[in-house]
Amino acid sequence: MSIEDNCATSLDNIPQDEEFDINDNLIKIKQDIPFGHKFALKNINKGNHVVKYGEIIGIAIKDIKAGDWVHIHNIQSHYLEETK
Amino acid sequence: MMNDEFLGYQRAKGLVGIRNKIAILSSVVCVNNVAQQISNKLENSIAITHPLGCGQFGPDLTYTIRTLVGLASNPNIYGVVIIGLGCENLTSKLLANQIKRSKKPVEFFNVQDIQGGTIAAIEKGIKVGKKMTAEANEIKREPFDFSNLVLGLECGGSDSISGITANPAVGIISDKIVKLGGTSILPEFTEWIGTEHLLMKRANNEEVAEKIKSILDNFLENIMKLGIDFRGIQPTPGNIQGGLSTIEEKSLGTIAKAGKAPIQGILNYSEKPKGKGLWLMIEPGLDVESMTGLAAAGAQVIIMTTGRGSPVGNLISPVIKICGNPKTCDWMGCNIDVDASKIITENKKIEDVSAFLWQKLKDICNGEKTQAEKLGFNDIAIWRVRGTFPFSLE
Repeated sequence: MSIEDNCATSLDNIPQDEEFDINDNLIKIKQDIPFGHKFALKNINKGNHVVKYGEIIGIAIKDIKAGDWVHIHNIQSHYLEETK
Repeated sequence: MMNDEFLGYQRAKGLVGIRNKIAILSSVVCVNNVAQQISNKLENSIAITHPLGCGQFGPDLTYTIRTLVGLASNPNIYGVVIIGLGCENLTSKLLANQIKRSKKPVEFFNVQDIQGGTIAAIEKGIKVGKKMTAEANEIKREPFDFSNLVLGLECGGSDSISGITANPAVGIISDKIVKLGGTSILPEFTEWIGTEHLLMKRANNEEVAEKIKSILDNFLENIMKLGIDFRGIQPTPGNIQGGLSTIEEKSLGTIAKAGKAPIQGILNYSEKPKGKGLWLMIEPGLDVESMTGLAAAGAQVIIMTTGRGSPVGNLISPVIKICGNPKTCDWMGCNIDVDASKIITENKKIEDVSAFLWQKLKDICNGEKTQAEKLGFNDIAIWRVRGTFPFSLE
């Protein structure tokens, strides 16, 4: 979507181990990614921003590797950080 | 008719409708069946009924009045017959006086004032309504430019695809309406959370920018004080299944519907815009309540994006459904007006889909029925900002 993005939206059900060349970056998908869900384009360390549309959509709550499924198990809203 | 015109109905005070209906409005829940049975006997009529109108006071009552008056004043309605009971605190007379400011035909009476009970009241309502219908049928459609249009922007059952397909396609249409001198309204303020910095940058002036910030700050502060866990509310369980992970991600998709136009101001629920251009509206994110507020604010038409599929329509304003999810377009095709999934399946450009949506918008304004209209989905729900009596045993 945007050059700053560190995750991408899958437009199909993507099986594990599938490989993609995204902007000259070879990415191997680590888990099955359901249609419409996101995977990491690069490593995102715990505590770092997750970026989609060139905007921050949340914070990594675990270390995320390139090709990992990105969802509520490993990212969280800023507002939940404030809630805690 | 020129390219950027539609065929509408001229109303008083320079307003233009895209439908030409008679509304039978109940002032209180006790006469809902009377209003409905009158409407059943009248061609081209709708019954505006609701579970409220008595035992209410304060802001709860104010919101109900503003919404009912707004719905009946919408230019898609030619005239209104208001049915009261006679002992309620929201009287038919009060509603009539406020709706008359729109200069449209208004009649009202109370069931308790008529000898013969509801049978006589229904007969009377049909008689009054038939006369009004005959007058309405005299009016013919004429060409108008899009500066006369107020467009509502809604989304429901969003998934992670909505924000990259249907929503930006709607954003192009919203910008086009604004460019042509029209009005566009973005409701659902809980889905602006996380995008404050982007919305504030687009505010027409400093005051509007500050208001956007203070409204969202206040909301979050209050909801935390109540001990409510936001996770169970936004994103919704369906949004999460669809791949949306956080409220920020959902909000970025939501605001894509409002294109890039500057923001003129923030409206209260069911409040009419104070000028042309793009406006935000306070509304908590329940689609049916939201679209009721949009219709009450004067939107003659609503575009609703849906990812996971939603059947809802609106009683007053046609709802054009656009969907970017190929499976939903296939499985729930009867509920979708515009298939935006070709952006994914056929590598179409967002601009191609928005061109198709623009033509559909014109067709619907000209009188073509939406899928929700064809299926008889005419929802209405009034947002209760709080109950009149905040008391329960829980």
